[in-house]
Amino acid sequence: MELDIVELSRLQFAMTAMYHFLFVPLTLGLSILVAIMETVYVMTGRPIWRQMTKFWGTLFGINFVLGVATGITMEFQFGMNWSYYSHYVGDIFGAPLAIEGLMAFFLEATFVGLFFFGWDKLSKVGHLITAWLVAIGSNFSALWILIANGWMQNPVGAEFNPDTMRMEMTSFFDVLFNEVAQAKFVHTVSAGYVTASVFVLGVSAWYLLKGRHVELARRSITVAASFGLASALSVVVLGDESGYSASHTQRMKLAAIEGMWETHDAPAPFTAFGIPDVEARETHYAVEIPWVMGLIGTRSLNTEIPGINDLVEEARARIESGITAYDALMSIREQRGAVDPAVRETFEAHSGDLGFAFLLLRYVEDPRQATPAQIDTAAEDTIPGVLPLFWAFRIMVGLGFTFIAVMAYFFWRSSFRRQQYPRWALRLAVAIIPAPWIAAELGWFVAEYGRQPWTVDGVLPTALSVSHLSVADLLLTIAGFMIFYSVLFVVEMGLMLKYIRKGPFQDVEETEAWEARHEHRLRTHDGRGPFAPAGAQARSSQDDAFDGSGRGPATDTPAE
Amino acid sequence: MILFELIDYDILRVIWWLLMGVLLIGFAMTDGFDMGVGALLPFVGRTDVERRVVINTVGPVWEGNQVWFILGGGAIFAAWPPLYAVSFSGFYLAMFAILAALILRPVAFKYRSKRESARWRSTWDWALFIGGAVPALIFGVAVGNVLQGVPFELTPDLFSRYEGSYYGKFLGLLNPFALLCGLVSLSMLITHGAAWLGLKTEGEIARRARTIGSISGLATLAGYLLAGLWLALGIEGYALVGEVVTDGPSNPLYSEVSRTATWLSAYAARPWIAIAPLLGVTGMILAVRALRRGGEVSGLLWSKLGILGAISSVGLTMFPFILPSSLDPRSSLTVWDSSSSHRTLFIMLVVTVIFLPLILAYTSWVYSVLWGKVTEDEVTGNSDSLY
Repeated sequence: MELDIVELSRLQFAMTAMYHFLFVPLTLGLSILVAIMETVYVMTGRPIWRQMTKFWGTLFGINFVLGVATGITMEFQFGMNWSYYSHYVGDIFGAPLAIEGLMAFFLEATFVGLFFFGWDKLSKVGHLITAWLVAIGSNFSALWILIANGWMQNPVGAEFNPDTMRMEMTSFFDVLFNEVAQAKFVHTVSAGYVTASVFVLGVSAWYLLKGRHVELARRSITVAASFGLASALSVVVLGDESGYSASHTQRMKLAAIEGMWETHDAPAPFTAFGIPDVEARETHYAVEIPWVMGLIGTRSLNTEIPGINDLVEEARARIESGITAYDALMSIREQRGAVDPAVRETFEAHSGDLGFAFLLLRYVEDPRQATPAQIDTAAEDTIPGVLPLFWAFRIMVGLGFTFIAVMAYFFWRSSFRRQQYPRWALRLAVAIIPAPWIAAELGWFVAEYGRQPWTVDGVLPTALSVSHLSVADLLLTIAGFMIFYSVLFVVEMGLMLKYIRKGPFQDVEETEAWEARHEHRLRTHDGRGPFAPAGAQARSSQDDAFDGSGRGPATDTPAE
Repeated sequence: MILFELIDYDILRVIWWLLMGVLLIGFAMTDGFDMGVGALLPFVGRTDVERRVVINTVGPVWEGNQVWFILGGGAIFAAWPPLYAVSFSGFYLAMFAILAALILRPVAFKYRSKRESARWRSTWDWALFIGGAVPALIFGVAVGNVLQGVPFELTPDLFSRYEGSYYGKFLGLLNPFALLCGLVSLSMLITHGAAWLGLKTEGEIARRARTIGSISGLATLAGYLLAGLWLALGIEGYALVGEVVTDGPSNPLYSEVSRTATWLSAYAARPWIAIAPLLGVTGMILAVRALRRGGEVSGLLWSKLGILGAISSVGLTMFPFILPSSLDPRSSLTVWDSSSSHRTLFIMLVVTVIFLPLILAYTSWVYSVLWGKVTEDEVTGNSDSLY
């Protein structure tokens, strides 16, 4: 096995997975926002809500299809590029993927067609149920894929079987209720909700800045800001849950994220800023906030969080124990059928560390022949790239708090300031549209890069997981994916922008007639919102604020 | 009590072998007509409106149909991990071609009618053609190669290695027998797509589809019979040697395999399996007859029978082999030595028993809501909401 194949396979997987995740978060959140809008339509019967459903639904559809298309790659790439991984953990990892298909993909894909094609074929309530089934299906798929991914981070409920040379499931419930998986699921779907909320908010803000589609934009901002505020709060709170579970399940990842070289007396401080230096084993210019890390990581004041240096020592001990397991495994394989019970006992005592012996395969054919220097190097290999992790994590968290602030501000203006938004805030909302995508990709980077050198933490090293391919195979497909995905991205962005510029184009007459008919309810005589307190003065200047009407003070419209 | 031991390991393996067949056949019956329609698109639709009619016959359902394929991949991963690991990496470049075609297809469906430009639309029409024809061809080529054995071997660690460099691996797949199987698969799905268009469209489009469909139906029949003959006379089969352990651990290296008999010796051992090819041939003949006579529902149903017979005949002929190895026959994957663990197979069966009927129920309901022909008036009158 050459290193090149490993690096190229990693590159291809990272590329296709990150590309896939450009579309997934928007699908997760927008499916729910669209279903909420349609629910309002069905409850109130107001055509504008149907127009909103169809408009955001169109953008949802353009995005959804690429999420589905690039998801096919993900489903098959394990077998194509990670053949030994697929063999080694398929008994556990395959199950959630198949259940995802049975429980989630069929649901969302079957009903998404009906959502777009069924407006005239279903009753109002029937169509609403369709919209919710699409949203539930999308979110269920996130659940199962994160159970699969959670198992890679914290491989519970499985053990090695020497006969089949692979990990086999010992408890489905442990895999299902893996705390890492559950924490990741809620964190990821919340991130998807934030993404969609920021998207809807930003596009609507752009409409308000241009004075177009004002009724649709005002209502969309209200929905996005309320849903977005709840989601932005939960994404941070549930991210903290991930941190808590990492402190006892993925200690090396946590230590690397924190640039924490030495075990600190409890409670450990949180390093807000610093430049981690792998060579020197220290973090330069560190700005520490006392106690915070200990509180987040252990929720106590007296539990220690181990530092990187101690964890490397631990890895070294586990490699040595793994070599014992490897030796016993080889005897078991040779004596198949008549295994000495003592050998089996030795194996079972050490089989949990077998994966650590595999770390040596990069340096030596047979781990039993490893020199102490090689063992030292392999133990060092368990440290992931500290500097990128340290910063990716901090940028992600910073963005998370930014979303809370932005959503809270718009929620406040929407609820208590009669939906009037200053132009600077609207411009800000447009400007931060890309931010949730950056945060989500950084989050995945922290999760996956932070798990290196393992594909399955402590069980299977990445270097061992690949397929028997040639460099040429990989270069060809990497180039193919790059060209193909770039073209698709340009096409998708072109269509997205085209349809955003075009604005709502369905049910236009009906909605305008309704707006004209209800002008008196939508606006008071001075052009303010419908819930303006009695006697409120019309604003003299509208330069610094958008008044929400988009057409200046309306004249009195007689009631029907 | 250990629940999963309620069903014996070997029975679970056979059940999952059957379920793998159900998924492949479900995929060919549903997504198969989408692919056939894609391959037919440039030929049955001459004007933009005609092409939009053709696309909108599958517009609301292709997404759900495609899940049969994705679930097929997931189920093979969960129930037959060695098969998933060996075949997908062994057919690496072919898999990449399928992926590219299958990624192109959803995008083409969704984006084609979102711009007015004629060039834009005709580009996506050809993308739909590729997205339909290429996978249909490659699936058949893959089956043709599996029947001959694939050049892989398993190391004692069960790492799978392949013979030949990348172009050798790819071009080696394109041997005459495999190409014949590819053509059978392509023409079978074109016939299926034509039967679907005969049901869902009217006038010129339906007439053209039926004409092409009856020709491709005859080609399918001829190709299928020829492939059967070739298999009987020119291709070595595989057989398990010695005592066959059906509930042992999933390690393919624990069994011995020889290449002596032809595959067709299976018909001597289990004569009842002849029903599969007979059903296949019957379905193909009656589908052609229905297409020529203008039978709408019957054309589609007979075509489905043809697909059922053809795919199950391959599986039954090879049983218990799933992926034989031409390089090292001992490495061949069979039903008895390449499944998941007893527990995983049981859990997955429970989940499937709960969800598969649900899926079939709501899929049927969606089809019934969408029942009826797609007309030119409907398409031109609903340009905003249809493709």
